[in-house]
Amino acid sequence: MAERYDVLVVGAGPAGLAAAQAAAGQGARVAVLDAQPRAGGQVWRHDVRHAPSAAAARGIHDGLKPPIEWLAGTSVVAAQGDALLVQTPQAARWLHYGNLVLATGARELLLPFPGWTLPGVVGAGAAQALAKQGWPLAGKRVVVAGSGPLLLAAATTLRAHGAHVVAICEQAEASALRGFAAGLWRWPGKLLQAGRLRLQLAGVPYRGGTVVQRALPAADGCLLRAVGIAGPRGTERLACDMLAVGYGLIPNMELARLLGCATQAFGAHAAVQVDARQHTSLDHVYAAGEACGIGGVDCARIEGAIAGLAAAGAAVPAGLLRRRGHARAFAAALRRTFALRPQVHALASADTLVCRCEDVTLGMLDGHADFRSAKLATRCGMGACQGRICGAALAELGRFPHAGSRPPLFPARLSTLAHAEPAS
Amino acid sequence: MSGDVLIVVGAGIVGAACAERASAEGFDVTLVEPGTVGGGATAAAMGHLIAMDDDPAELALSHYSLGLWNSLADLPQAQFSRCGTLWVAADERELAGVPAKLERLAAVGIHAEAVDSAALYQLEPALAPRLAGGMLVPRDAVVYGPAVAMHLVECAQARGARLLRDRALRLTRDGVELHGGRTLRGTVLVATGCALRELLPALPMRARKGHLVITQRYPGLLRHQTLELGYADSAHGSDDSSVAFNVQPRPTGQILIGSSREFDDAMDPAVSMPMLRRMLERSFRYLPALRGLDALRVWTGFRPTSIDGRPYIGRVPGMEHAWVAAGHEGLGITTALGTACLLLDQLLQRPTAIDAAPFDPARLAATVAA
Amino acid sequence: MNDATVRITVNGQPVEVAEGCSVAAAIARLGVPFRRSVRGEPRQPLCGMGVCFECRVCIDGVAGQRACMLQARTGMQVVTDG
Ligand SMILES: Cc1cc2nc3c(=O)[nH]c(=O)nc-3n(C[C@H](O)[C@H](O)[C@H](O)COP(=O)(O)OP(=O)(O)OC[C@H]3O[C@@H](n4cnc5c(N)ncnc54)[C@H](O)[C@@H]3O)c2cc1C
Ligand SMILES: Cc1cc2nc3c(=O)[nH]c(=O)nc-3n(C[C@H](O)[C@H](O)[C@H](O)COP(=O)(O)OP(=O)(O)OC[C@H]3O[C@@H](n4cnc5c(N)ncnc54)[C@H](O)[C@@H]3O)c2cc1C
Ligand code: FES
Repeated sequence: MAERYDVLVVGAGPAGLAAAQAAAGQGARVAVLDAQPRAGGQVWRHDVRHAPSAAAARGIHDGLKPPIEWLAGTSVVAAQGDALLVQTPQAARWLHYGNLVLATGARELLLPFPGWTLPGVVGAGAAQALAKQGWPLAGKRVVVAGSGPLLLAAATTLRAHGAHVVAICEQAEASALRGFAAGLWRWPGKLLQAGRLRLQLAGVPYRGGTVVQRALPAADGCLLRAVGIAGPRGTERLACDMLAVGYGLIPNMELARLLGCATQAFGAHAAVQVDARQHTSLDHVYAAGEACGIGGVDCARIEGAIAGLAAAGAAVPAGLLRRRGHARAFAAALRRTFALRPQVHALASADTLVCRCEDVTLGMLDGHADFRSAKLATRCGMGACQGRICGAALAELGRFPHAGSRPPLFPARLSTLAHAEPAS
Repeated sequence: MSGDVLIVVGAGIVGAACAERASAEGFDVTLVEPGTVGGGATAAAMGHLIAMDDDPAELALSHYSLGLWNSLADLPQAQFSRCGTLWVAADERELAGVPAKLERLAAVGIHAEAVDSAALYQLEPALAPRLAGGMLVPRDAVVYGPAVAMHLVECAQARGARLLRDRALRLTRDGVELHGGRTLRGTVLVATGCALRELLPALPMRARKGHLVITQRYPGLLRHQTLELGYADSAHGSDDSSVAFNVQPRPTGQILIGSSREFDDAMDPAVSMPMLRRMLERSFRYLPALRGLDALRVWTGFRPTSIDGRPYIGRVPGMEHAWVAAGHEGLGITTALGTACLLLDQLLQRPTAIDAAPFDPARLAATVAA
Repeated sequence: MNDATVRITVNGQPVEVAEGCSVAAAIARLGVPFRRSVRGEPRQPLCGMGVCFECRVCIDGVAGQRACMLQARTGMQVVTDG
């Protein structure tokens, strides 16, 4: 009953898969687990209608190739000593590790604005994920908004699933975007990718310096009908059936925090702090990919490989370290380009809900000096998502920094929490 | 006493209640609290307002306090719910203890009823089969402690009390010195819970860690705060560690699950998975339906525990200007309001509503050098 | 990619989707809210990746399951709370 792995990888996205492959290549006993039912993480998420790209197919195949053990639909709930308590929809167990690789990736930064709780308003990456999982989109009018390169990728996927993309509203100013495009020659792969996406999105208006100010309901008050946008050309109303709006990505930090890994600032948020070998502040814990700061898929692959080698006790080739430096530089350029403008931080009004789990408005938090006080008084952050959405939003809005994490990392069956720990 | 200065150190529910009473009596109140109001043990507590009958002095204080809680029953943020306490007897031996409990409660005027096995399942159908019966105390209730503490502080502030975001460093001959460098002069009331030793090392105080689990919303599954009759052994025994079945229906439909006890003077807030498992297994034995429910969060808290389990309420021995209200163990939410009245009556040299002697700090303390 | 389908029920109504689709995608075909918020507002998925818990539904008697994290399997009985 006591499973023990030399290297246990949490997260089966590009970083985790690369780590598993690298560690297994050194002869280590490796397992990869992911809460999702299929491997691939966010970028390589399985699409029910379209075949995966060659890179995704290869990455997933190589990262799960036996003897690597693949634990699908497995969520980490708690940790103790050198073991993680995990649960699947059916069962619970403890997994022991020699070394742990955190490849927990990122999630979207979703910010409150009037109307954001209406059915039909989703994240941009969310829209892409939902589309790939078969969300009905044929003939639906979608406005894609927010910030970052993810908007282009999301719009492309939505289109491929039959949606009509009304417009892409990017909050970054057109001038910043031009500057970024001019510098893209340093990353030819990225230039190619951007060009390809633009081609696939021919005919879709891409508006810089434009934000969605509110989502407007239909007469019944329960469904999205239009959005109000503001940009260089003033304000405007766009009719739509779906709004896909996301303000970039932030690292998933819950497990790292629970374990006690040192963190570093990532804008108003946090990322896992690692050294050149992707080693965290904890002896047996490594981290790779977006958990260490948003860097994109190439960066995640490289860091995953480094972490996998290091966790298996192998030497890390200097070439990998160099390539990581290059990839991280691209990420830094992205962050500068798509830095959020103050306007975005001012979209929510006092009566806009900020905690969607407990229906707490922004105004209810006034007068509280810290998140703890606000939470105890209003239940903000006490609901099912445990502050994942509102905590990140409040940190971004400059209200309160986001706090630590407590078990269970996800709502877990009480029988799981009582699951006996095998002797180590 | 109008205008006399009272410095209340610590804004947990005990300090908050004392500040509220003192401001109502006309004191010029300053509250000193470095953290969130009600953010200490008060934020971790179950908030069960319960008449515990195993110690006559605590029973008197609880009963007195329960009466005072009526004034807050309609405060929305208190989330007051009179769900009653259902004590469960696992077997005939435990059931045999019920009449004596009824008698002790009746002696102070608390109504309670014996419950046979059939009635037990009518009251709580989800309980495990083959339990012997128990006892129902209908007037017991549940509140949300931290919000009450915040409310009490706001009441005091409305009467002119000040809240200083600072930490008391030490008591001086005629006041208290703060970390920020200031010294406040006046009568000082120390209500710092587990941290009492920092300011009053002569009063023994230990931290007794407890784990709690809150679930998602499952309205209707449970109606009463439900405890095993063995709870008192766990609560007041001196074992190094113990668990007891103790579950509460929150007004939200969530279920709050306790309780564990272990001394931990280092006050490490980490959740102990082995302790959590022990506690949950105990609760599954009585309420098997819990197994399949989803837990949202687990946290820990520390009960301020005096050497005999009773709080210190009164003048600090050997110190003219220093008073104390701390050490309420697992009953401080229940007894905070009574504590405040008991303390103020002593401060104002008035007769007290209940006997104050069992809580006199002088009972244990080595005399503090003035 | 393949033509196989699975059949589930949502609030008693049969829904057929392609194999591999999430429970969320199946529910979306009916256009009903996934859940009601604390103050009674209708909600649907927000994050699509298991973070926000807006897509919680009851599946085969087990409440609070995230519909975006589970693939639809034939025979599943889904109940929304909207
Ligand atoms: C009656 C009642 C009902 C409650 N209901 C809920 C509810 O429905 N949902 C809910 O979420 N909470 C609920 N709470 C709990 C409340 O939010 C706090 O969790 C509690 O006050 C204390 O928890 P905490 O120690 O985790 O500290 P917090 O109030 O969370 O603040 C301390 C911070 O430090 C972190 N931290 C501290 N120590 C550790 C450690 N060792 N390891 C990891 N992280 C650590 C915490 O995660 C947290 O971020 C309820 C409390 C009460 C009294
Ligand atoms: C798990 C658990 C469950 C419980 N369940 C219940 C229950 O169901 N019913 C019940 O009645 N009771 C319950 N209790 C007990 C109750 O929580 C405590 O008895 C009560 O909260 C104590 O209140 P307090 O104000 O003395 O302490 P605290 O709430 O800890 O307040 C002390 C305050 O003093 C401050 N402080 C400390 N040092 C200094 C300093 N040097 N200067 C300034 N300020 C300082 C702290 O920041 C803190 O805010 C429970 C306790 C726990 C841990
Ligand atoms: S849509 Fe956010 S958890 Fe499913």
